[in-house]
Amino acid sequence: MTAMVNTLGLMGRNFLLMLQRLGDIATLSASSLRLLVASPWQGRHIVMQIYALGVGSLVIIAITGAFTGMVLSLQGYYTLAKFGSESLLGSAVALSIIRELGPVLGALMITGRAGSSITAEIGIMRVTEQVDALEMMAINPRARIIMPRIIATTLSVPLLIAIFDVIGIGAGYVVGVDLLGVNPGSFVAEMQAKVTTEDINTGWIKAVSFGFLIGVICTYIGYRATPTTEGVGKATTQAVVITSVGILMLDYILTSFFL
Amino acid sequence: MGEYKRIEITVGIFVFIGILSMVYMALKLGEVGGLGVSGYTLQAKFDDIGGIRAGADVMIAGVIVGRVEEVSLAGEDEAALTLRINEGVRITTDAIASVRTKGIIGDRYLRVSQGADEEYLQEGDEVEETESVLNLEDLIGKYIFEGDGK
Amino acid sequence: MIRCESILMQYGETPALDHVEVDVRDRATTVILGGSGSGKTTLLRIMAGLVQPTDGRVWFEGEDLAHIPRKRLYELRQYMGMVFQYSALLNSLNVYDNVAFALHEHSKLDESIIHTIVTMKLEQVGLRGLEHLMPSQLSGGMAKRVALARAIAIDPKVVFFDEPTSGLDPISAAVIISLIRDMTNKMRMTSVVVTHDVEAGLSIADHVVLLWQGRVIAKGAPENIRNSTDERVCQFVEGRPDGPIPFSRSTTSYIDDLMHKPGTVRLET
Repeated sequence: MTAMVNTLGLMGRNFLLMLQRLGDIATLSASSLRLLVASPWQGRHIVMQIYALGVGSLVIIAITGAFTGMVLSLQGYYTLAKFGSESLLGSAVALSIIRELGPVLGALMITGRAGSSITAEIGIMRVTEQVDALEMMAINPRARIIMPRIIATTLSVPLLIAIFDVIGIGAGYVVGVDLLGVNPGSFVAEMQAKVTTEDINTGWIKAVSFGFLIGVICTYIGYRATPTTEGVGKATTQAVVITSVGILMLDYILTSFFL
Repeated sequence: MGEYKRIEITVGIFVFIGILSMVYMALKLGEVGGLGVSGYTLQAKFDDIGGIRAGADVMIAGVIVGRVEEVSLAGEDEAALTLRINEGVRITTDAIASVRTKGIIGDRYLRVSQGADEEYLQEGDEVEETESVLNLEDLIGKYIFEGDGK
Repeated sequence: MIRCESILMQYGETPALDHVEVDVRDRATTVILGGSGSGKTTLLRIMAGLVQPTDGRVWFEGEDLAHIPRKRLYELRQYMGMVFQYSALLNSLNVYDNVAFALHEHSKLDESIIHTIVTMKLEQVGLRGLEHLMPSQLSGGMAKRVALARAIAIDPKVVFFDEPTSGLDPISAAVIISLIRDMTNKMRMTSVVVTHDVEAGLSIADHVVLLWQGRVIAKGAPENIRNSTDERVCQFVEGRPDGPIPFSRSTTSYIDDLMHKPGTVRLET
């Protein structure tokens, strides 16, 4: 009995904690935007961050994109073949990738690859007192550390997701047409006919929002990490979990707005 | 400094590939600008198009030669379709356009059967001869009616 | 130069610093001695304006660091340098860029002039020629020397040292200690050194502050500390394990704990 009450209590407490976190993230996004406007432009640091986060995630994005497109094509073919509508494969693959899977899977992979490294890096900068060192050299560490990273993720994620989309659709085409024998003309024609500019724009809006979200949450959690090796490890896990959940929730909200 | 130059160039390439992908998708898949649009348009009026939608295929002898660009209601009880026909495909003035179905429950498409005329339809012309969708209920009704008359 | 007035620092229940008064004299070396957990690092961070005290004032050349806007604090930082316990070199930059960092950020000096300054500072700490190394390639002693070069790159009036010798081998420690001594004596800088290394601390100090559990228990010239009759001071200076600062941190009775712990042998009483 008490065990159950305790478990329920724990669940309730964690739920409230999560709500509080989400509230924190909302206020944080606002203050981050203010920080972005107030900070001096740091082109060089942004380029360095795009290199570390964007270029660094390229390989994993290409691989994920390719396999997503391939499995969508395979799965979609067997479903559509039952209704004699294999010709719809192109649009099925393209629409799923552009509207949902590209932004969401891409952003989740980038969270795992780049988001975790942002949190860990900032956490380590705290442990090794590099943040204080910046402060002692009259550099606002929040502006210097957080701002370039948020800009870098907000810019890199849409670019990475665009690459994910194109590779995914290409891989879907190869599996559908070369392996399963769908007519190449109808694959492409269906795709061009069914995908509208609106679909593509929805994808972009999602990509930009996810990029911003990754930047805000991962920098924040890294910056607030308990400055110990253990604290940084915990913060990194936490950053990935919270960002991933946040992406899925935001995805639902954005989808319901644009459908 | 050399190290930074290298990073800058790599980032430049990355951004270029990303933007290229974006532009590719916008042009090839979305209908942005005039680049994705080619060919010419034809009009056609039907009694019943059976729910054909914009984007449906237009086929000649089973080959996709264009697609339905717009569906609207013409007059009280008629459907008007705007067809976009691919560049280089010629359709005779006496061609017949009919609404068909791929498989039994598959997608609707528009089938065009060429006529014998030597003249071809131009941009904005109307396909005069049209055949509405084959309606299963009508067919059955017709069969019963004809059976009655015997 | 720096005067701490009745500094109170509270983390939770017990104060980490309890009404601490410290005077840092111009162009002299002030050493803050104390065991681990005595609050000495916190005190140093308060002096540098990195941490806000719960209560009290920190006068830096007549301005209260705890109550001035960030912008002014950053202006005052050009007179301060700090050598952190773990050196805190920016690990994305090489030695040259670390030392030149503040100059690149805040001065409009020509790169050739910055190069000259960096070369001079690195020569001073004996690391000229290692400009291209990354922090990960440096030993602890070398990293600390680079950190020192970085701290003095802008020719500050005061340099703060947080545990300058901890984690270093005796030779590296001696090098750092002699560098600190040189800086105060030859370059007429003010140094504030926080350490638990009694010998090293007393050897360079002009003025010593001894902290124990957040309170100042002695201050004065190093001789005074050495010859102090205060039991706590003697224990710390001589490094005895037991004394007025007790060896045992337990507050409960040993016998009681043994008797009431389940699974332990019961004594017949």
